[in-house]
Amino acid sequence: MLGLNSKDTMLLIVVAFLALAAPFLLNPFPTNSSLAQFNAGYPDLMQRFAIFGIFAIGFNILFGLTGYLSFGHAAFLGVGSYAAVWMFKLLSYNVIPAIILAVIVAGLFSVLIGYVSLRRSGIYFSILTLAFAQMSFALAYSVLSNPKFNLTNGETGLQVYGDDPQILHREGLPDVPHLFGWAMRDNFLELEVAGWEFTFNNGYYLCAVILLVVFYLAIRLFRSPFGLMLRAVKSNQQRLNYTGLNPKPYTLAAFIISGMYAGLAGGLLAAMDPLAGAERMQWTASGEVVLMTILGGAGTLIGPVLGAGFIKYFENIFSKINDNVLHQWFAFLPDGMEDFMVFIVHPFVGKGWHLTLGILFMLVVTFLPGGLVEGGQRIARLFRRRGKKTDTPDPEHHPKETPHVAE
Amino acid sequence: MDAILLQILNGLDKGSAYALIALGLTLIFGTLGVVNFAHGALFMLGAFCAVTLQRLLSLSFETIDETKTDFLGNPLKVKTPYVEGWFGPEVGGAIIDWAVPLSILVAIPIMIGIGFAMERGLIKHFYKRPHADQILVTFGLAIVLQEVIKYFFGANPIQTPPPDALLGVVNLGSWLGLDLPYPIWRLVYFLFAIVVIGGVFSFLQFTTFGMVVRAGMADRETVGLLGIDIDRRFTIMFGLAAAVAGLAGVMYGPIVAPNYHMGMDFLVLSFVVVVVGGMGSLPGAVLAGFMLGILESFASTTWATTTLPGINQIIIYLVAIIVLLTRPRGLMGRKGVMEE
Repeated sequence: MLGLNSKDTMLLIVVAFLALAAPFLLNPFPTNSSLAQFNAGYPDLMQRFAIFGIFAIGFNILFGLTGYLSFGHAAFLGVGSYAAVWMFKLLSYNVIPAIILAVIVAGLFSVLIGYVSLRRSGIYFSILTLAFAQMSFALAYSVLSNPKFNLTNGETGLQVYGDDPQILHREGLPDVPHLFGWAMRDNFLELEVAGWEFTFNNGYYLCAVILLVVFYLAIRLFRSPFGLMLRAVKSNQQRLNYTGLNPKPYTLAAFIISGMYAGLAGGLLAAMDPLAGAERMQWTASGEVVLMTILGGAGTLIGPVLGAGFIKYFENIFSKINDNVLHQWFAFLPDGMEDFMVFIVHPFVGKGWHLTLGILFMLVVTFLPGGLVEGGQRIARLFRRRGKKTDTPDPEHHPKETPHVAE
Repeated sequence: MDAILLQILNGLDKGSAYALIALGLTLIFGTLGVVNFAHGALFMLGAFCAVTLQRLLSLSFETIDETKTDFLGNPLKVKTPYVEGWFGPEVGGAIIDWAVPLSILVAIPIMIGIGFAMERGLIKHFYKRPHADQILVTFGLAIVLQEVIKYFFGANPIQTPPPDALLGVVNLGSWLGLDLPYPIWRLVYFLFAIVVIGGVFSFLQFTTFGMVVRAGMADRETVGLLGIDIDRRFTIMFGLAAAVAGLAGVMYGPIVAPNYHMGMDFLVLSFVVVVVGGMGSLPGAVLAGFMLGILESFASTTWATTTLPGINQIIIYLVAIIVLLTRPRGLMGRKGVMEE
């Protein structure tokens, strides 16, 4: 179907099902139960799942396929957000031109950065992209917000004001981002079934549909000759040179595509909440997308989406847990033990989420370099091994893996 | 003339910090071949060694002074630091006053210990893995260290004043007839950096240990074949690099109040410094550190910021980009280190 083989079609259908049924799937607990705090089926969080999923898919096209580790990808996300908000200010609150401009601007920006950064590889490439992103952050934060030429509105962040031109804005259209009249923040359906509440949000479904489209594009790209070429860059760039192929155009194309994905994610972020701030471009934000991709499994199709969902979900849940919740959890223990357990767990939850994230990150990189996908495969293999004898390839008769030249 | 000299001086303190951190990064990279993203966190840990010592020394007990009364007529409670109780008010007061320089003595063993623990516990397992994995795991470690410090010390900057004697401003140019006011502590920091850098270089240049390490940096395999346990020496070098970063942090406290993310702020710039100086070149790292510090200081003058607004924010990155594109190996990079 759609030029995919049966396995990929299955994957796409599964992802489509997960994305479209998310309001049900993410709300497994009744609203009034004590477990309702683990529900993730509210619009704001679901939108972030989809948006950061797009961001991570895009990052994976660069890192997973070519092996070039960019540490400045958040710059494109930020540029996309700024472009989208400018579209809101100048044209109208319709999200279509905003998202299109976000993708175009991020694409142009990534041509510029990619052309320069890709002249070096390995650690130099990482540092160059990091330097570019930090520079963009500094520019957006202070330089481009001077009164004469206020492009980013500095620390406050760019937002839409009442006296902005909005030349295409007409009476009757909502005063928030909308798609031909459907406001992004509105819910088109709110179901209440025996204690469960499900909200179906316009904005989330826009993000979900776009996620599916770009996921499909990513599958096609992974399976295309172009994708194969990118893998060749990762596995052995030198050999590629010797065969007379110039890898530069391929890596640059991958960089631009992944920059445009990031711009799209940035545009969607602004479409859900018409605000763009410089902190979106900071290097911690770049680190986060690296985390998502690695955690899910770099170089796999579904991995980045899983990683993005995982991190955003736990970020949300963990930040909500405070000492009272912990006391409830450990209430079954004797008093002394209860306090002790709360004392032990306390630094890792609430504001300590980043600590948990850092530890998780180290564990994943150390023990599970393939991320969640590899973990799942290992478990699956464990179960399969019970039935039949393993057929591990004979190491003697396989060539050794050559290290990536960029590493 | 005065203005130019003053800007050079102003760049020296930041340049010293860049140089010290970049020196450690280069040492680790040159010996172990590991890109250490947690190096900024080591700098921060150093600064918090000073904070901790200052707090420990200021721990005090309360006594009731019968001779003095507060405005209600109750006897006044007087807080006396334990140190003053033990050594008498004068010596004790001086010890508290000199807490930051004293922390150097405490920080060296602590930082070397942390360095050993890091190398043996974590980084050892990543020698054979790709650079991307090394970057990622040390990045994770940096987050963890940063969050641990945030948990214990809070998110706000903590003031660590220098000794009273070193507070204030000295006019460096008075004997030349120039007007060069300069904070004493910054001068101390610069001299301290020079001493540390000189110490590291002479250690590598004039001791047998340093000679073996240099040989190992040039050709690890051959040194190993000669029957020398090069791994152990490299571990010691990692501890040394950690100590250098820590010392840079200890003394930096009085210039900028330490907070939990200061390491990351410096790390990004120090990486740029290492790349500009040339990966694997120790003199390059030091030179580029001072150079970029001074350049940044020139870019922060009112003249520069009015002609090109914001140039002070981006000058270092701009220079790095230009250097990498025109001299990919960096200013003093060695042939064959991290090349395509």
